[in-house]
Amino acid sequence: MNRITRRRGTALVASVAGLGLLITACSGGDTPGDDDTAAGGDTDCAAFEQYGDLSGTTVSVYTSIVAPEDQPHIDSYVPFEECTGATVAYEGSKEFEAQLLVRLEAGNPPDIAYIPQPGLLQTIVGDFPDAVAPASEGTVANVDEYYAESWKGYGTVDGTFYAAPLGANVKSFVWYSPAVFEENGYEVPTTWDELIELSDQIVADHAAEGKKPWCAGIGSGDATGWPATDWLEDLVLRTAGGDVYDQWVNHEIPFNDPQIAEALGEVGSILKNDEYVNGGLGDVSSIASTTFQDGGLPILTNGLCFMHRQASFYAANWPEGTDVSSDGDVFAFYLPGPDAETRPLLGGGEFVAAFDDRPEVAAFQAYLTSPEWSNAKAIATPSGGWVSANSGLDPANLTSEIDQLSAELLADTEQEFRFDASDLMPAAVGAGAFWTEMTAWIANDKSDDAVLDSIEAAWP
Amino acid sequence: MLVAIALFVVVMGLVLLLVERAKRLPSWAVAAAFLLPTVAMILFGLVWPAIDTIRASFYDRNGQNFVGADNYVQAFTQNEFQIVLRNTAVWVVVVPIVATFIGLVYAVLVDRTRFEKFAKTLVFLPMAISMVGASIIWRFVYEYRPVLENVPAEFQPAQIGLMNQLLVWLGLEPQQFLLSPPLNSFFLIVVMIWIQAGFAMTVLSAAIKAIPDDIVEAARLDGLGGLRMFRFITVPSIRPALVVVVTTIAMGTLKVFDIVRTMTGGNFETSVVANEFYRQSFVQRNTGMGAALAVILFVLVIPIVAYNVRQLRRAEEIR
Repeated sequence: MNRITRRRGTALVASVAGLGLLITACSGGDTPGDDDTAAGGDTDCAAFEQYGDLSGTTVSVYTSIVAPEDQPHIDSYVPFEECTGATVAYEGSKEFEAQLLVRLEAGNPPDIAYIPQPGLLQTIVGDFPDAVAPASEGTVANVDEYYAESWKGYGTVDGTFYAAPLGANVKSFVWYSPAVFEENGYEVPTTWDELIELSDQIVADHAAEGKKPWCAGIGSGDATGWPATDWLEDLVLRTAGGDVYDQWVNHEIPFNDPQIAEALGEVGSILKNDEYVNGGLGDVSSIASTTFQDGGLPILTNGLCFMHRQASFYAANWPEGTDVSSDGDVFAFYLPGPDAETRPLLGGGEFVAAFDDRPEVAAFQAYLTSPEWSNAKAIATPSGGWVSANSGLDPANLTSEIDQLSAELLADTEQEFRFDASDLMPAAVGAGAFWTEMTAWIANDKSDDAVLDSIEAAWP
Repeated sequence: MLVAIALFVVVMGLVLLLVERAKRLPSWAVAAAFLLPTVAMILFGLVWPAIDTIRASFYDRNGQNFVGADNYVQAFTQNEFQIVLRNTAVWVVVVPIVATFIGLVYAVLVDRTRFEKFAKTLVFLPMAISMVGASIIWRFVYEYRPVLENVPAEFQPAQIGLMNQLLVWLGLEPQQFLLSPPLNSFFLIVVMIWIQAGFAMTVLSAAIKAIPDDIVEAARLDGLGGLRMFRFITVPSIRPALVVVVTTIAMGTLKVFDIVRTMTGGNFETSVVANEFYRQSFVQRNTGMGAALAVILFVLVIPIVAYNVRQLRRAEEIR
């Protein structure tokens, strides 16, 4: 009871504070830099005229993004709401993936849903073809103008473009402490061999103190195992290349193909190597029982590990007050490729699908693909952890260094960008066998071959 | 929701009105008027979904193509589902027997002692905690922190789990209780027993108190005491209650879902049928497989329910 009351109290305080921010923002103009398209009464509405007057209408948004990351989203809708008169009703749920399908089945879909997996979009289009609306005209125009072709492809099913990209994240990152690296004279590795050399060097230098080069955690409740799938995906890109990766995702080669087995072996040389893991957290099996959020913390808390491979959004997991920058407490380097020139990049993101074609829904979907929204969102996220693949996003609006690095990597067209494979595969594999088998691989020391065979057998 | 309530009010109002109006109606008509809405609701809310589930279990993942018994074949032959079925079997054998045994022994031991009320409250309390709550409590009990080699004492993580702290105090290595099969399933089963023993104890204690004093007296005069009294008088006298307790716990155990989902999420070979049914239906969106698992669960419950009903009926006859 006490806890509930307190939580309500917090919510009340939070909403009052939010209101305060809003009022301050509306009365803005005193502080420099307030004259851009940030939330405010003095928003330049010129860019919004194309949407027309939408007064009195409401658009419902359903997502997997919950507190505290939801507030920047809600704030980023303010310019749209002020200029068009429409209201955006935001609802986040941790059970989003399952509940969205339940709502579709019940004939009660939201107007807009942020879908984090292209595979789920395919399932929805396949199972509920009448429920999901093709992307609105404004959306198509914006995506063609501001996004790379591949991003449009992820939101396309059977030749019809449904869902526009929203946020993006870079997964090929290794978190480390620049201060500790400098102290030990370690350099950021630029090739895979250098990375392994560095790991061996750390073992040689620090094994006697109980320190290990790597730490990891793959626990994530219902979704336990996904961080391990990211490892394998990153290594498939590095040992076999982008073409094999595409064949693998589309099941043109079996899941247990020798080329995939080679990549898994490479992952095992780090994750299942007792000398390398699991710094500060236990033996190899402790990777399975440690949540991914806690996985990298030993880098900071007691220095018992040096490196943690995790996506750009891991920035949010460092304790408050941590200096996340290239000369601060923690930062991330690009997970090296086979050589310094070949730099494949693994990433993920969300996609905006509409389940109605009312004018206000079409307008809102288009707004989310516009540079106005990307910039408003960047400004509404001062603590960092958010980037987009929208080329209209002004890098100056990204306040954190890690986001700037992510944006830079995403904008680099030289390298091969690939979307998270498990998010593209059918749910039975991507949200099922791939997760659970990788978990068994680590927790119960299941063999490489047995793991790959089991996942292949689960492919529908 | 509002529609359902309105519908209920309208139907009941209509029934009452009709009954009020026509006092001369034959009694079967009155009975039918009351029964029909109930039967209709059971048909729509229970029988129809059951039939639909059975139908869906013979179709593929979207319910579009007929696949015959494929889902069942898969459930009984594929390794991961065999593990699920094996775990469910272990649960349904171990939990009712152990929980009932603990409840029975406890009920006998505290019967008519000075601390009876207090002791009973203590065992009954877990019943009041939700399964998810209990699982969270026990996850803390099993929580693991390693002892790190070569690491100075100030950087050693402190044990926060009760079980591992006990092990450390005894000079043993801390264990990852929830990680290694098949033992981890038993550590989950402990949670269910912890919850259900209180229920068994309460029912059995009431049954023990209902044993007529003269029987106990007569047995005592015949020289019965201790274990033999328990074996020949107490247990046979409360047999109907024992059957009810065992079967009720068995049915609850077959449906167990919250404990597995909260503590391991079905990982590390701990999944059971109810959890796998949810995963298949709602996470992996394989409705056919999910339906097949639901039907298997349903079939497994039938003999237990049938046995329960038969025992109850027999007990009535004796009376």
